[in-house]
Amino acid sequence: MTRTDDHPAVEVEPVGMIERIRLSGTSRLRISAVREYGIVFAFAAMFVTLSVTSPVFLTSANLLNVLNQSSDVGIIAVAGTLVVIAGGFDLSVGATYAVGGVVAAQLTPHIGVFGSLLAGVLVGLGFGLANGAIVTVGRINPFIGTLASQIMIRGFALVLTGGALISVTNTSFATLGQGTVFTVRYAVIVWLVFGCILAYILGRTTFGRYVYAVGGNAEAARLSGVRVGLVRGATFALSGLAAGLAGIVAASRVSTGQADTGVGLELSAIAAIVIGGTSILGGEGAVWRTVLGVLLITMIGNGFNLLDVNPTYQQIFQGTIILVAVGIDAFARRSRR
Amino acid sequence: MTTSQPHIELRDVGKRFGGVQAVSGVSLRIERGTIHALVGENGAGKSTLGKMIAGVHRPDAGEMRVDGRLVRYSSPREALADGVTIIAQELALVPQRSVIENVFLGNAGVAKSAGSLRDQRRRYGELQDLAGYAVPPDVRISSLRVADQQKVEILKALAREARLIVMDEPTAALTAEETARLFEVVRGLRDRGTSIVFVSHFLDEVLSLVDTVSIMRDGKLVRTRPAVEETSESLVTGMLGRSLDTSFPPKVPPAPSAPVVLSVRDLSASGLVEDVSFDVRAGEIVGLAGLVGSGRSEIARALFGADTKSSGDVSIGGDRIDVRSPRDGVRAGIALLPEDRKDQGLLMQRSILHNITLPHLGRVSRAGVVSRGRERRAALDLISRIGIRASGPMAAVSTLSGGNQQKVLFAKWLFGGPRLLIADEPTRGVDVGAKRAIYELIHSLAAEGVSVLVISSELEEVLGLAHRVLVLRSGRLVAEYDHEEMSEERVMHSIFATDQSSTSGTSS
Ligand SMILES: Nc1ncnc2c1ncn2[C@@H]1O[C@H](COP(=O)(O)OP(=O)(O)OP(=O)(O)O)[C@@H](O)[C@H]1O
Ligand SMILES: [Mg+2]
Repeated sequence: MTRTDDHPAVEVEPVGMIERIRLSGTSRLRISAVREYGIVFAFAAMFVTLSVTSPVFLTSANLLNVLNQSSDVGIIAVAGTLVVIAGGFDLSVGATYAVGGVVAAQLTPHIGVFGSLLAGVLVGLGFGLANGAIVTVGRINPFIGTLASQIMIRGFALVLTGGALISVTNTSFATLGQGTVFTVRYAVIVWLVFGCILAYILGRTTFGRYVYAVGGNAEAARLSGVRVGLVRGATFALSGLAAGLAGIVAASRVSTGQADTGVGLELSAIAAIVIGGTSILGGEGAVWRTVLGVLLITMIGNGFNLLDVNPTYQQIFQGTIILVAVGIDAFARRSRR
Repeated sequence: MTTSQPHIELRDVGKRFGGVQAVSGVSLRIERGTIHALVGENGAGKSTLGKMIAGVHRPDAGEMRVDGRLVRYSSPREALADGVTIIAQELALVPQRSVIENVFLGNAGVAKSAGSLRDQRRRYGELQDLAGYAVPPDVRISSLRVADQQKVEILKALAREARLIVMDEPTAALTAEETARLFEVVRGLRDRGTSIVFVSHFLDEVLSLVDTVSIMRDGKLVRTRPAVEETSESLVTGMLGRSLDTSFPPKVPPAPSAPVVLSVRDLSASGLVEDVSFDVRAGEIVGLAGLVGSGRSEIARALFGADTKSSGDVSIGGDRIDVRSPRDGVRAGIALLPEDRKDQGLLMQRSILHNITLPHLGRVSRAGVVSRGRERRAALDLISRIGIRASGPMAAVSTLSGGNQQKVLFAKWLFGGPRLLIADEPTRGVDVGAKRAIYELIHSLAAEGVSVLVISSELEEVLGLAHRVLVLRSGRLVAEYDHEEMSEERVMHSIFATDQSSTSGTSS
């Protein structure tokens, strides 16, 4: 290949590049830090504030409680992160969450605990695949497509239950949601393990790269040989699977399948994703951001309880946090000019 | 027109992006009613300077005066209020909207006339007269070619009554003829008192057009002189700090025994390309010449699978291939450097590294997991080989200068080690030094046995690079010239449907 050292114009430049790498190491970090690590600062600030103001906050029981409360939204949001990065949007997860739990609860008497829990997850995966098909093959805007499928899936859950609560008498059904290992709930472990798996998929695998590529510039991705539809569809499938998984965890926690549970869960998930700093425009973001976003939101709720503030203010505060998160992002983008 | 007071005066202006000092200590006067060129290598800071003038970037040092008045623009809107605007290197029209909507987008002057569409149409007509060309007002921007989008940008600037227009590489995507017409327009604007800041890498072009030239190197101003005192050699020396041979590298034609790599038979595509047949041998560089719209890019896209080809047989290395998608193209060993790097080529928010390895990620991964060490080594190798200037391999492509973005695109498609490289406008927006480096790169690829198809709006580039030139007209192959036969005159003849051309050596 070209021996670059023959050619002065090329020879000079790599040297310049290395110089610039050195230069950029320090000062560059500082400037982009606010935008890049805003969620870390916010998380740390909230954590410190609550530690100082509430004696209970920093106890391990309370922290485990925060993790446990985060697990449903968390499982859904980490998968939702991939959907958003790929340029999509999944509004159907709250309904899928309900169906997953209902199916698991209903099937337990027939096929046993393990089979029925698995079935709950698979039903979620199925709806996820359907969403993927709607958005990619059907070329329907993901916002509208999953809004419609959400209504259908919720209806499906109602048809299955006939509006009644499905209680499970088999006690081992509750293990997933209530069992602990060294005082840590299985639910928390499921969440964290699932998050790690998705972080690995997104950060280290070729599929993860394609997810960023598809959301960043679909046409450029296509012209690079990436199967855009397949990748997008797969993120929806993962999101459905996650909703099913969160659904069985929740059903197991209360030993009940409910058709009307998880209303608005999709919005909490999206809020966590956005607060974490993943761009709703697609192409940028990370799973760890979402994990911190979920924890921040849960901590706010937890803090309000601990400090005994009227819970109605909590929503106002959470809404403000979302605005601030998006605002910082927009401001940082502008000041980067 | 006062001669004493410059239209714009910069004093010690500087701008830093993170670790990169893009512009530093630049003092410059732009006289009213003149065309003022900015030249310099890729990354020298030309666009950054232009953007500061137009309020896109805010300088972090120095001061700027417009009409003698101290200004500190914090947005393009403020600059526009003083009649200062920019036509950016990466065009910024709204692709889904019509031409006329774009021209009047966010234009306060027109909003006053109470949304009357008739007024707008009338005004649009006036603007066309002013500019001296016509663009159909109701077509969508996305269906226009870059040259026409450029024209729309100028109309837009005129609609905003700009008195100083920064044009950042406006001719990078234009053919010689379109460039000549644009120059007419620009001269006309100047003669009516508009000042123009003109950024370009085409030095001869610059010298024929502008009144004054400023040379930039590494963010600093080297000198400002009247254009008549400069030659393209003196500009190159000023830009690089040394002289450079800007001629084309010598051609080494492939051995006569070299096997045919690409064989195309009766290709018809996109309703435009009809029954095109040709061969390209290993190590051969074949140029596709023709007017824009003659089917050059369409052939490229059809071969790669970017558009679904309608019919015809294509084989690579003797094996018939059925390319239905870019993915098939990539797998068949074809690389397509698309003509539009921003929309079709690069992921602007992602790093150089991730862009380079995207089409052939499989090469640096095992079982679907990217091996980061291998990826980094492979990319660093290409980065230094092609001479991409950036703060590091993880720098987002959006932070690179235009020419360096083009180099990333090149690196991306070399990464896979293609058998057939189709380069559509391979040197769009790169500086003289890098251009020569890219030419050498293309030659060295050919020397390794890669077949190359070159498409360029610069005929000179096609003739300077190619071992053989195929001329297209209205989607048909009308002539073919080998190395001995090709001359600018002959090829021009064939490009512009003069009758004798079709007999002067029609394709095999
Ligand atoms: N938004 C940005 N963020 C970070 N760095 C930037 C940004 N814009 C420009 N730079 C850096 O500033 C330097 C000057 O860039 P600029 O775009 O002004 O170059 P240029 O002279 O226009 O080059 P070209 O001929 O390639 O267009 C480059 O090193 C570039 O990487
Ligand atoms: Mg530039």
